[in-house]
Amino acid sequence: MSKVLIDLDQVGMTYEAASGPVEALAGITSAIGAGEFVSLVGPSGCGKSTLLRIVAGLRPATSGTVAVSGRAVTQPIPDIGMVFQAPILLKWRSILENVLLPAELAGKDPKALKPRAEQLLEMAGLGGFGPKLPRELSGGMQQRAALCRALLLDPPLLLMDEPFGALDAMTRDDMALELLRIWGESDLARDARKTVLFVTHSIPEAVFLSDRVLVMSARPGRIAADLRIDLPRPRTVELRASEAFGKLTLGIFRALTGRTVGAAGTA
Amino acid sequence: MTKFSSLSRQYWPTVALFAFLLACWQLAVSLGGIREYLLPSPLAVWNALWHSEIGWTQHLWATTLEIIGAFVLAAVVGVALGVAIAWSPLIANALVPFLVFVNTLPKVAIAPLFLIWMGYGIFPNMLMGALIGFFPVVINTAVGLSQVEADMLDLGRVFNAPKWKIFAKIRIPNALPYILSALKITATAAVVGAIVGEFVASQKGLGYVITTTQSSMNTAVAFAALIWISIVGLLLYGAVVLLAQLWAPWAEGVD
Repeated sequence: MSKVLIDLDQVGMTYEAASGPVEALAGITSAIGAGEFVSLVGPSGCGKSTLLRIVAGLRPATSGTVAVSGRAVTQPIPDIGMVFQAPILLKWRSILENVLLPAELAGKDPKALKPRAEQLLEMAGLGGFGPKLPRELSGGMQQRAALCRALLLDPPLLLMDEPFGALDAMTRDDMALELLRIWGESDLARDARKTVLFVTHSIPEAVFLSDRVLVMSARPGRIAADLRIDLPRPRTVELRASEAFGKLTLGIFRALTGRTVGAAGTA
Repeated sequence: MTKFSSLSRQYWPTVALFAFLLACWQLAVSLGGIREYLLPSPLAVWNALWHSEIGWTQHLWATTLEIIGAFVLAAVVGVALGVAIAWSPLIANALVPFLVFVNTLPKVAIAPLFLIWMGYGIFPNMLMGALIGFFPVVINTAVGLSQVEADMLDLGRVFNAPKWKIFAKIRIPNALPYILSALKITATAAVVGAIVGEFVASQKGLGYVITTTQSSMNTAVAFAALIWISIVGLLLYGAVVLLAQLWAPWAEGVD
């Protein structure tokens, strides 16, 4: 594996609820290499999103240590791009101004980054949509704009929290392909790509996108399985129909549910 | 032309009803033998509107000044208090109960005190209008500033953006539709306040004109004053609606 970008060591998270302490995450240990595309799958409430925020430094772990690029994460770190389930674009700003927001928040000159923002929009298939307001775009297009915003400052790490969860199934599959293309699956060398930590509820989506899938168990969230996805890149639509894809999907389903045989039920 | 025809299609019932009521009114007065001091005819009111002896200009000017002053004061103070409340929980805890208390006071009852403290003049009446109109601005500003998605605030934290920048770039624009919506209420409240102030103590203004007609039984003039007041009020309201459309066109339906 290439050099480690995210190092999680016995990460745990306990928070106080009205009914007493709740253990959301326990003993999460994993190393994620630079340029790796890693998905987190698990049942609702297993702490996937919490883990993502711990890596971003937005929420402190209550035990264990997190390091990104060899530095311990104790506060929000700037070298990440975040994409959430909702695009959360500012309604009063044009798409281009929304993409430039991180520059302003980080105290950088937005004018200097304008060419890059325009180039990102072009790459995301939003060329010409820069001056439009968010409400003039479809949900999928808004989410692409949110991805451009996350990429503006060229962060080495992308944290994506169910970014396609609110989209319809067809748009969703399309967005997965787009994401891989923008990520540089076919035109960038492995270690030139960004590291992606991708939270999803969809097993096929995780298999389709990832180099590795971390399967998490329910509360407290632990890593129940760490599966390598050795499917060839660039990934294609046809791949979804292949036997290898089906086997991997089934494997993750089994790891998630603990079932070895039987019909699908509780997901 | 199409715009005109669609407008006329939308508003012809309003105009028709208005004309019908005016006609009924005129007929009732001229045929029904209602005495002029009880209900003046629309024609008499129309004449009173342009009656030069009243000196409408100075009264209109005084009341307009009070209303605009009250509106601006309520807007500025309201937004400032709303920002302060959203900025710091300490300020919020100190201020909110006090503001709620002030808001529950019947402001009309304070008007005589204003007379004792400040005497006659435009300013106390302005203050009365501001006092009636500022509260919704405070509340809507504070609410609008806090209605920001948690994920958006996380985005700000990731880039280590200072608090003022989050306010300037995210929270305040987000609050703008809420503030503009409150200002529509303030526009009408400012009119009420200014007139109430004039009722209690004044030597000028449309409210003052109405109080003088009580003794002279010149009801037509009172009606005319009412019409002038509503024109000023409508113009201010219209200006706020226009401002809202210009300033926050993205905020359709935050009313």
